[in-house]
Amino acid sequence: MDINSIINSLSPVERKVIPYLKDNISVKEIVSNSNLLEIEVIRALQWLENKKIVKINIDHRSTVKLDKNGILYLSKEIPEKRLLKILKKRSSSIEEFRKFKEFEPEELNYAIGSLKKNGAIIFENKSIKITDKGIALVETNFNEELLLKKIGENTKFLDEFSKIEKLTLEGLKKRTLFVKLDVTKVRNIQLTDLGKSLIKHSSKLKQEFIESLTSSMIISKNYIGKTFRHYDIKGIVPKVFPGKKHFVNETIEYIKRIWLDLGFKEMTGNHIDSCFWNFDALFTPQDHPARDMQDTLFVEGYDNLENSELLKRIKTTHENGWTTGSLGWRYKWDIEQAKKLVARTHTTVLSSRTIANLKKEDIPIKFFAVGKVFRNETLDKTHLFEFYQTEGIVIDKNANFKNLVGYLKTYFSKMGFNQIRLRPAYFPYTEPSLEIDIFHPVHKKWIELGGSGIFRPEVVKPLLGIEIPVLAWGLSVERLITDYYGFTDLRDLYSNDLKKLRSTKVWIK
Amino acid sequence: MPTVTLNRNVVESLIGKKTPIEKLRDRISMLGTDLESISDTEIVVEIFPNRPDMLCEQGFARALSSFLNIKTGLKNYTVQKSGYFCKVEKTLEVWPYTVNAIVKNLKFDDESIREVMQLQEKLGTTLTRHRKKGGIGIYPLDKIKFPIRFTTMKLNEIKFRPLDSSKEMYADEILEKHPAGIKYSNILQNQKEQPVFIDANNQILSIPPIINSYDTGRITQSTKDVFIECSGPDLNILNVALNIIVTSLADMGGKIFSIDVINKNKKITTPDLSPKTMNLDVKYVNKILGLNLKEKEIKKYLMMMGFDYKNKNALVPSYRNDILHQIDLIEEIAIAFGYEHFPTEITSFGSIAEEDQFEKFKRKIQDILVSLSFIQVNAFCLTNEDKINKKMNTNYDTVKLLNSINQEYNAFRYWLLIGRTFNSKNELDHLCVVISNSKTNFTELKQILDALFTALGIEYKLDVLTHPSFIEGRTGSIIIKDKAIGFIGEVHPDVILNWDLENPIVALELNVNELFEKL
Repeated sequence: MDINSIINSLSPVERKVIPYLKDNISVKEIVSNSNLLEIEVIRALQWLENKKIVKINIDHRSTVKLDKNGILYLSKEIPEKRLLKILKKRSSSIEEFRKFKEFEPEELNYAIGSLKKNGAIIFENKSIKITDKGIALVETNFNEELLLKKIGENTKFLDEFSKIEKLTLEGLKKRTLFVKLDVTKVRNIQLTDLGKSLIKHSSKLKQEFIESLTSSMIISKNYIGKTFRHYDIKGIVPKVFPGKKHFVNETIEYIKRIWLDLGFKEMTGNHIDSCFWNFDALFTPQDHPARDMQDTLFVEGYDNLENSELLKRIKTTHENGWTTGSLGWRYKWDIEQAKKLVARTHTTVLSSRTIANLKKEDIPIKFFAVGKVFRNETLDKTHLFEFYQTEGIVIDKNANFKNLVGYLKTYFSKMGFNQIRLRPAYFPYTEPSLEIDIFHPVHKKWIELGGSGIFRPEVVKPLLGIEIPVLAWGLSVERLITDYYGFTDLRDLYSNDLKKLRSTKVWIK
Repeated sequence: MPTVTLNRNVVESLIGKKTPIEKLRDRISMLGTDLESISDTEIVVEIFPNRPDMLCEQGFARALSSFLNIKTGLKNYTVQKSGYFCKVEKTLEVWPYTVNAIVKNLKFDDESIREVMQLQEKLGTTLTRHRKKGGIGIYPLDKIKFPIRFTTMKLNEIKFRPLDSSKEMYADEILEKHPAGIKYSNILQNQKEQPVFIDANNQILSIPPIINSYDTGRITQSTKDVFIECSGPDLNILNVALNIIVTSLADMGGKIFSIDVINKNKKITTPDLSPKTMNLDVKYVNKILGLNLKEKEIKKYLMMMGFDYKNKNALVPSYRNDILHQIDLIEEIAIAFGYEHFPTEITSFGSIAEEDQFEKFKRKIQDILVSLSFIQVNAFCLTNEDKINKKMNTNYDTVKLLNSINQEYNAFRYWLLIGRTFNSKNELDHLCVVISNSKTNFTELKQILDALFTALGIEYKLDVLTHPSFIEGRTGSIIIKDKAIGFIGEVHPDVILNWDLENPIVALELNVNELFEKL
């Protein structure tokens, strides 16, 4: 870049700083010479450094400033001087000084010790007397006083002190709250070759540039004939963060969109429900392992199930198949087991309730849900105790297994997976049953993504009153999300780390 | 679901044909088991609970070989009469049944002993639900003398040397100290007497479902003939367990013999390996599957699954317990047809999509807040008392879990998070908006509340409120149409410190269900 285009791109504050630049000058000096604020100078220097006009060297220098007592003795004379002045009038004793309360006990001891060492005072039978040397000292300035004055109210750099001053400082450091030591960052400026030649053109800096274009300039056409200052368009700007939905919720919205596009109605419902709706209505026998304490989260309290016609049908279906043509599970069904409350273990509980409330004239119909389900799992990298599931049911007298395959393939292709495998599986409430695997294009392996099937007559007939095919599925949600966002730890989905929430890309499919 | 490790060489020699590993991998998955891994020597599979007959090499190979079209159809097993009987003398009401069998002419080695023991153990954990629905005992025939008695005895009268013990023990001692006793003593709890099998020499063979005798209940390499008993509360389960064991032993080369179980005047002869019949409607099959299969094809597919088909009836093998309804046969046909061969087709009826109105409303609120630069969080519904109440300086009545293994997550959140909240009567969706930075204040959040309600077209007002989590004088309840539906305020610094935070926090919480009703 030539000198002129650099000049065109200088901001007003940079232009103000440039006249004060010379090698080895500190920021502090520029601030005091230019009457600019320190923050302005630092910012300007950083921009100038970006433009390779200066180089900023950062030094760490030890500093010293007065502490509480140091500030006090600056105006009040140091204790040893006051002690000498009293002794010049009359002799005294340590006890007397102590009673006197003019001196802090530590300071008193220090002053007496130091004066005795210098031969300014002597002890005679517990009485303290001033010597001739002491009398002479009253009229002189102590090194300590001189140093306190030198430090004054500002912070001073240690390397600016003489040898004697440093020695005195060592003494002051031992005394209570006299001085505070610290280390500060000092910025020193070095002009680059470019900087040196720029300074030679400093007359050009006086030229007026347009900074912010204002509305009044436009209206008055004031800009005509003037030059717009060039911005450093490649510079870094402060970050802003947009408002954002949680990425899991974004994915869920996308999933909902798929089902809505396919003509499904949404089902919603409680997270806590009875075993009756979660298990019994889905022909899951009461001794099924899924109903064990180690798999399912049970909630305090009971659902007072009414002794309804539906209850009787479900009981009979479990015991002997009722009129479904099934043998049933052949055991004695217990209503007390059905009354227990659980954190729902699958969204299929929404399907059982929906089917039970359906009128015959509503059929054919299709429903979907996306909702949370719960398991009694420990929380780790690959397990969550609560997670989402997406559920679907298709109720139609002509629905068949082919259609089930069709819906699953359509859904997964809309999720971006065209290679899926349907594998025989077992669930107590579907027959035929299947598990869905998708072929992961990167990991090159099959990944299990959910269960599906046609609801058994033992499920549908007691709930609906008639036997009709109901296609059903319950599919994983989190696994698709971790895959899309590249998470390897499931817990990261719900850690709500602000930095992650802000930087995670949006769901685009 | 149980995972079993099967010896691949044994499986393949039972099938009678070597199969390439890739084909095995595919076929095993498509037969209806979850294949975990396969190597030159081992097949590790998860067996679904409806197929306990596949828990050993023999049953697995039987299913696979017909699925591979090598040996299809119902497999016939001959049962000869042994002439022995077992007398049921006295039983517990909760443990009334036993079924028995003998299998002769076996050759045991380390491998086949492992196979039998794995089968017995896995049947115990699955089919008989950790022995709650039945106990299984296998004994060398030469160690016992018929007739056998199935009876009950007082705990302090039963004395024998159990397996895995160096000395004789009394039954009460076994229940208290023996590992098997400790594990299974809860099944027949609070009973004064314990079921026992005793032979004609008055030797105690076992106390089901706990443990066998060391002297009479241990299979070794010299064992040739075995006696098998299953006892428990569910006769159907016991028969299936017995049938699975005897057919597997028969596949190992054994010959099956029956035993008469005599209970008072009633006699049953077990094992009963005759197939059950189930009527099958071809039209129903085609309707459910969406196919157009001929009867001949249906028969072929059923035979690939180890069934037979005669005169509109399916013949179901005696070791299958999962065929409750003809829908179960349809699945068998579908598996044999091949899930991968089904055409893809969605239903043709017209249907109208509909998003839940409340869900839609919640989405709108989210959109408004996101447009105001808020970041949405999504957190667990489960939390704990400490977080719900103690840290917040409140005393809400929460909904608790009875059995969570995570002590950190043993209650449902009551309030103050976006999403579902729970109290003893209701599940409600709450909206919570929080701002935290070094100089935030009430005004900043009230501006947001204004903006939200303006966007929703709802008028609201604030009333002064005292809330233990918030600073007094800087908290209000949000009123819509004279009803308080939420609150807004500056969070009390005590609460902020309870959470180890440093910056001021302003928060509001709204009952979205009520807001929706007031629209």
